Amino acid sequence: MTINTYLNKTTKAASLAAFRILFGLLMLISLLRFVALGWIDKLYIAPDFFFSYIGFSWVQPMGQWTYLIFAICGLSTIGISFGYKYRLSIVTFFLTFTYIEFMDKTTYLNHYYFISVMAFLMIWLPMHRYYSVDAHKDEDLRVQYVPKWTVDVIKLMLGIVYFYAGLAKVNYDWLVNALPLKIWLPGSYDLPLIGGLLEQSWVAYAFSWSGMIYDLAIPFLLLWKPTRNVAFLIVVIFHLLTRALFPIGMFPYIMIVCTLIFFDAKVHERILDSIAKVIGKTRLLFDNGLSITTTNKGYGNWSIYIVGVFLILQLLIPFRHLCYPDNLYWTEEGYRFSWRVMLMEKAGTATFKIVDAETGKRFYVDNRDFLTSFQEKQMSTQPDMIVEYAHYLHDHFTNQGHQNVEIFVESYVTLNGALSKPFINPKVDLAKENDTWGHKDWVLDY
Amino acid sequence: MGCDGDMSDSKPNDLFDRSSMLEHWADGFIIPGYESYLNKIISLEEKSQIFVGNPTVDNLTEIRVAYSYAYSAWQEVSMFEIGKAEELSLRNQTNIYPTNVLLITDNVNTGSYNLELPSNIAAQGFPALDYLIHGIAGTDNEILDQYINSSNHKNYLTDLTTRMLTLTRDVYTDWTTGYRETFIADDGSSASSSVNRMVNDYLFYYERFLRAGKIAIPSGVFSGSPLANNVEAFYSDEPINKYLYINSFTAFRQFFEGESKYTGSGPSLAAYLDYIQVLTNGADISGAITTAMNNVETVSADLGNDLNMQVVEDNSKMLATYDALQVITVFMKADMLSALNISVDYVDADGD
Repeated sequence: MTINTYLNKTTKAASLAAFRILFGLLMLISLLRFVALGWIDKLYIAPDFFFSYIGFSWVQPMGQWTYLIFAICGLSTIGISFGYKYRLSIVTFFLTFTYIEFMDKTTYLNHYYFISVMAFLMIWLPMHRYYSVDAHKDEDLRVQYVPKWTVDVIKLMLGIVYFYAGLAKVNYDWLVNALPLKIWLPGSYDLPLIGGLLEQSWVAYAFSWSGMIYDLAIPFLLLWKPTRNVAFLIVVIFHLLTRALFPIGMFPYIMIVCTLIFFDAKVHERILDSIAKVIGKTRLLFDNGLSITTTNKGYGNWSIYIVGVFLILQLLIPFRHLCYPDNLYWTEEGYRFSWRVMLMEKAGTATFKIVDAETGKRFYVDNRDFLTSFQEKQMSTQPDMIVEYAHYLHDHFTNQGHQNVEIFVESYVTLNGALSKPFINPKVDLAKENDTWGHKDWVLDY
Repeated sequence: MGCDGDMSDSKPNDLFDRSSMLEHWADGFIIPGYESYLNKIISLEEKSQIFVGNPTVDNLTEIRVAYSYAYSAWQEVSMFEIGKAEELSLRNQTNIYPTNVLLITDNVNTGSYNLELPSNIAAQGFPALDYLIHGIAGTDNEILDQYINSSNHKNYLTDLTTRMLTLTRDVYTDWTTGYRETFIADDGSSASSSVNRMVNDYLFYYERFLRAGKIAIPSGVFSGSPLANNVEAFYSDEPINKYLYINSFTAFRQFFEGESKYTGSGPSLAAYLDYIQVLTNGADISGAITTAMNNVETVSADLGNDLNMQVVEDNSKMLATYDALQVITVFMKADMLSALNISVDYVDADGD
């Protein structure tokens, strides 16, 4: 009963419309920035080899056609903002953006994952029923009110991102040793005003603890009306500070804009009015007093099930590391897709040895012959990439006419400033191991 | 992980002065290093002129001696491929070996070649010179005959040394007419700042040209079977390649420790690591690197004077040297870069 009552609650559709427009705009800026920095060529065309996710090795860059994927992705963001052929646009955006992220595991970032997650969610929400080209053209589509849950799920998703990022910070190194911030902060010693403070130990502790408290508390402070304005101010300060300290690109701006969803619809209407002034189309046409609710025929029932299942998965996936033994930071089994942001300083070297199993003849590989320095850096500390690269080397040298090829790696990794230690068992032939969801017992104990 | 308790009571208040480290690098290593190298190259070019004008055994000996001195001085500056040197690809045009004998022969015979073309990289610099003054014929008299009878040979020798002189002078002049100040002024923390770029160049040199070029490649570490003829200074009658290797390693080490043979000790990567160690209560990385460097010197002492013969007769000592050198790669590439917040390849990319 109560659930049905909740599901039938409505709120202004302006909230979703404002979110849609700003989201599309930020994505467009992000993509243009990516192109302008020359990263398409550097990351997706120049390398000879790309790291894949399990089951997605078919997702590869397409040479010069990769630019086309980016172009389609960029066009779809315009469709999203304008609400023009919205469903097609958001589906296209989700597919192309996710395809791009899956082309090479090297570039994995939580904030790219966040964008895929948001885009997926937005496929199923009535984002284009208000102040959009679609709803302008099609009167049947036009509504002033949408189910409240369709706005709340965006808040919930943002809440998950923050809260889980906060939970991940509740660990010994972060809180007791102020690591890795103690290593990172002195690197920004040349910042104006605060630069000199960043080498102080207490500052690293202050940042570590306040970062943890911020992540855990901010969703609730944004939800509760009395604290909302202050909370948003903190959001802005926090993200701009991280932007100044770390090379995190567009992420801070994206988070700042997304958290606007926590405000009342009045704020979103004001945002739309500002946009209306620029483009000269008022939103009055859309104020038709109509609403769609979950249980009447206006809005597809199945959407709510898809969104529900998706959110339950989002709650569970970050905990999958509990299925693996050993130190999570060391093995990184279950590390990705879990909102573990800026949690460790890890670096390593991996030298691959190619051995002829019959004759014992051996030689080492120069990684720069096959990988970019960025790929080499990422591969050196991540076991799944190490084994994938080992397979690539195995196939490469077998095709070259070498026989009975075995692949061994001598690898060392430093984690959070501890002196580097052996990482992968150097006696294991990695050509015989595979990247699976099972535990990788050839990673040495931390 | 540091277990010495909370460091918050003994926090250092002054920042590590990167700018004075850059100054020490420029004034204690790079500029005097290039100056010394330039003087040796000037001498080499002079001896080459004298020899070409009058090809005698004595003059051949003179150019050979000048070649050894210049080659040795080169080992101290090869790692500084930054600024003008990077722009000109100084290292590629100075010391790519094995030299391409067929290409040299072809260039000499036709008398038409453009040494500025990338295709001629393996036909110039010290390795080509090495071939021209040691390896072009079996005996000294036969070598002299080549130059007495062919003006093409004379021209090629002259062109090689002139080009080395031009390149070196350009690089040195650039450092002394403004680049020094640019280099020192760029003392920030960005990926393209001087410290980040210098450390990347320094490590790249170590991995590729010192560890791989001098030891790993001839001993077959990357090929499976030894390539003894790929040693540096292959044609020299008096083997100098171990000497060159030791010289380059010493220069590499002195740079790390900030021990300039010209201006004495000063701020260094080792000191910077120690500073960060105190700050982060971290591991003793400079200590680990020092131990590894000591080990390299011990292991290298067992190598014979001719690395070519060493590979042929007892390659295990070469392989042991490679293993010792590799330890430094690990500590520098993983631990040092991590501790000093230096991004690999000074390329900006987004992080989380």
